[in-house]
Amino acid sequence: MFAYIGRRLLATIPVMTVVAVFVFMMLRLASGDPAAIIAGNAATAQDIVDIRQKLGLDRPIVTQFFIWLGHVLTGDFGESFFYKKQVAEIIADRAGPTLALAACTLVISVLVAVPLGVVAAYRRGTWLDRVVMGFSVLGFSVPVFVIGYALIYLFAIKLNWLPVQGYQPLAEGIGGFFARLILPSVTLSVIYIALIARITRTSVLEVLGEDYIRTARAKGLSSRVVLMRHALRNAAVPIVTVIGIGVALLIGGVVVTESVFSIPGLGRLTVDAVLARDYPTVQAVILLFSLAYVLINLLVDVAYTLLDPRIRY
Amino acid sequence: MDTLTDSATVAVVAPPLLAGAAGRRLLRNPAVIIGAAILAVILLLGLAAPWLGTVDPVAINPSVRNKLPGFEETVRNDDGGTTTVVHRMGTDTLGRDVYSRTLYGARVSMLVGVAVATISVALGLSIGLLAGYVRWLDGPVMRLMDGLMAIPAILLAIALVSLWTAGVAAVIVAIVIPEIPRVVRLVRAIVLSVREEPYVEAAISVGTPTLPLVIRHILPNTLPPLIVQATYIVASAILVEAILSFLGVGIPPETPTWGNIMAEGRALFRIFPHNILYPGIFLALTVLAVNMLGDGLRDTLDPRMKLRHG
Repeated sequence: MFAYIGRRLLATIPVMTVVAVFVFMMLRLASGDPAAIIAGNAATAQDIVDIRQKLGLDRPIVTQFFIWLGHVLTGDFGESFFYKKQVAEIIADRAGPTLALAACTLVISVLVAVPLGVVAAYRRGTWLDRVVMGFSVLGFSVPVFVIGYALIYLFAIKLNWLPVQGYQPLAEGIGGFFARLILPSVTLSVIYIALIARITRTSVLEVLGEDYIRTARAKGLSSRVVLMRHALRNAAVPIVTVIGIGVALLIGGVVVTESVFSIPGLGRLTVDAVLARDYPTVQAVILLFSLAYVLINLLVDVAYTLLDPRIRY
Repeated sequence: MDTLTDSATVAVVAPPLLAGAAGRRLLRNPAVIIGAAILAVILLLGLAAPWLGTVDPVAINPSVRNKLPGFEETVRNDDGGTTTVVHRMGTDTLGRDVYSRTLYGARVSMLVGVAVATISVALGLSIGLLAGYVRWLDGPVMRLMDGLMAIPAILLAIALVSLWTAGVAAVIVAIVIPEIPRVVRLVRAIVLSVREEPYVEAAISVGTPTLPLVIRHILPNTLPPLIVQATYIVASAILVEAILSFLGVGIPPETPTWGNIMAEGRALFRIFPHNILYPGIFLALTVLAVNMLGDGLRDTLDPRMKLRHG
């Protein structure tokens, strides 16, 4: 088991290397002198020379990459020339709202999507199944910001139940925290629910055809026990896989949702940094999001062994 | 969406493309009919926009800013008479006609969708065939693709547009690059499974050179799943373009695109929700139609996918 985790960790190195090379090359692909870009608009000629020396921009490109990688691995992403602060510091400030949003979305999605998928599979071919699957196709088609604005319009403006936008840290009161988090989380959940419900249905359908399900039914177990203990448990591997893969959708959605709901998180930071051509910040955010995505999928792989004891590595 | 269509694990033996039975089955599939019909209507609205009572979609008119849908504007003509212009979907903060912008916006969405699908399938197919057939290329190419896939697609697109001056071409390239690895994986998986088929061995044994072998015997197997994949790419490209424009990092704001109209409507959303509502409906309908078409094509061209993904 530990050997397996070790091997999987090693396997993420080539993947993250490609990501790192891409992120490193971003500055070189952008039009203009990298030193001048990093220095920003208000820089003097001396600033640019200093930066070129500090980052080794006068050295061969491979050397530059390793200098940059060395900085990044110690958490030094450079200084944001938009916020005039260390990028690492900005990211630490912005991580809280994003983590809260992602966690809340994940909980809502799994709690809604898995039962929906199971019910759709159990009642396959009925109107219930069609409604769930129709919702699933719809969930893939309606853009996340349209859902966001529709929810704001309905619940915040027409019904006046919830605040329109913004974010309040948990430390300032749990009521306000959830009141502001619920609409963005539901918004972001829609596509994730669509994805997970669809896979859950397919996966459970496949399992429901197995002999041991018939046996379980034949020995008189209630359909709830059959569904939960026998069907869902054996259908879990594809469901967990898609939850892991769906994190990419979640990250993309975070960027949009935070903009719609004015949440000061990493997604909002990404958009602001791109608009300001604040490359050190853009680079850091892409590296971090990709690393998070890769690590979550590593966790998913490890979870297989717990969910399905037949899987041995 | 990619995960649903990622048939990397599915070996596909192709039915003759759209020939006879498959074509008839396609025309009997309600999802295909409905999807294609909605799409045709929206495409027609976009193409025929100049003749559908629209005005110049980029014309700024300060005297009619922020009007609600149905507002009637009286325009004085050169000869002293007046005509009435009805703003069916209202106007935005610059007094541009939302109805005209929404109809013209269909053009950009369709262009981006089709261009992204065509380019990413063409590039992905070439790279996938190479990786699947040239053994020493397989490792390096797939590691590169894995790395690209580790960056969430929208994030990668946003990062790429930040490198170039904004424009339709830059947006297309930025959406194409994250799509390529998914096509490559699909093609490579098919090539690897087909390569071992007896008829391919037979072709090799009678001395068929590599290029004709790949084109005549391997390529046709990739087409049905690729057509399905391309349809889904159209849907996601239209969505991503709208997202980029909405976030303000995509196509320049004066160009009428659905994302741009909605971005423009953000500030005054509470009072004038129509700026987001109408383009939002068009966008959702279009993507829904393309997805329905994709599901229908998948069920017809690639029946094993249906078994796997319901």
